[in-house]
Amino acid sequence: MHYTFDIEEGNFTNAGQASGNIKKTLKQLNVNPASIKRIVVALYEAEINAVAHAYGGKIDVDIDSDKITMVVADRGPGIPNIDLAMTEGYSTASKEVREMGFGAGMGLPNIKSNTDQLDIQTQLGVGTTITMTVFF
Amino acid sequence: MTLKEIIEKLDLTVYNDVNGDTEISSAYASDLLSDVMGNAKSGQLWITMQTHKNVAAIAALKDVPAIILVKNNAPDEDMLAFAKDEDIAVLSSKQASFEVCGKLYELIK
Ligand SMILES: Nc1ncnc2c1ncn2[C@@H]1O[C@H](COP(=O)(O)OP(=O)(O)OP(=O)(O)O)[C@@H](O)[C@H]1O
Ligand SMILES: [Mg+2]
Repeated sequence: MHYTFDIEEGNFTNAGQASGNIKKTLKQLNVNPASIKRIVVALYEAEINAVAHAYGGKIDVDIDSDKITMVVADRGPGIPNIDLAMTEGYSTASKEVREMGFGAGMGLPNIKSNTDQLDIQTQLGVGTTITMTVFF
Repeated sequence: MTLKEIIEKLDLTVYNDVNGDTEISSAYASDLLSDVMGNAKSGQLWITMQTHKNVAAIAALKDVPAIILVKNNAPDEDMLAFAKDEDIAVLSSKQASFEVCGKLYELIK
């Protein structure tokens, strides 16, 4: 099964919609609760990052019998140093974003620990594509 | 302890229809959303000063049944609407996190 969602630039209000949708779908499919918990954390964090740090983008989700693959592709600015970005506590979030409670520098570490496979492709000025797989 | 008892004992303002029978045995206090995303457990009550819609969205994703807003904070309209849809109790205390956490800890530890 394939699902797509748009991520609007700067729109925090709708962030989490894709994760909420996928959560309901997975529940209906009787996927085990522990896997669902990991999937929604990873997808939400990637979705929020595309809103907070990029100019929006697109989410593609594929659900198979034994796994889910989630691809979050945004429209720039790209990540200059992925190792640094993956470090817990590292954040370039703006003051406004921090005031909302984002910007702890925990999103990417959360994604790492809640996925079985993680691939980050990034090109400065072009965008970042995060591919996350969780096995049920 | 039930949510109803917690509401009474902590003298909380109730913003929506809540299921007072919900059993609460643990809570998580944080204003950092990714910290909650990564570390809160399902069924825990969430104590925070954040009042925007993402708070309700995260509570729904994490299966958090109730949120206590501290320092008399009120939920933003869209946060409350989202919480209503998802059956998440939105509560508020006049006191700050320290007091709310301390009292709740004494009640359910
Ligand atoms: N999609 C992205 N595009 C550009 N930069 C990004 C993207 N995702 C993450 N980053 C960079 O990596 C840093 C760390 O991301 P991470 O999600 O771990 O923390 P955060 O978003 O800053 O805070 P938190 O997720 O805790 O709210 C960000 O501050 C930003 O500099
Ligand atoms: Mg983040």
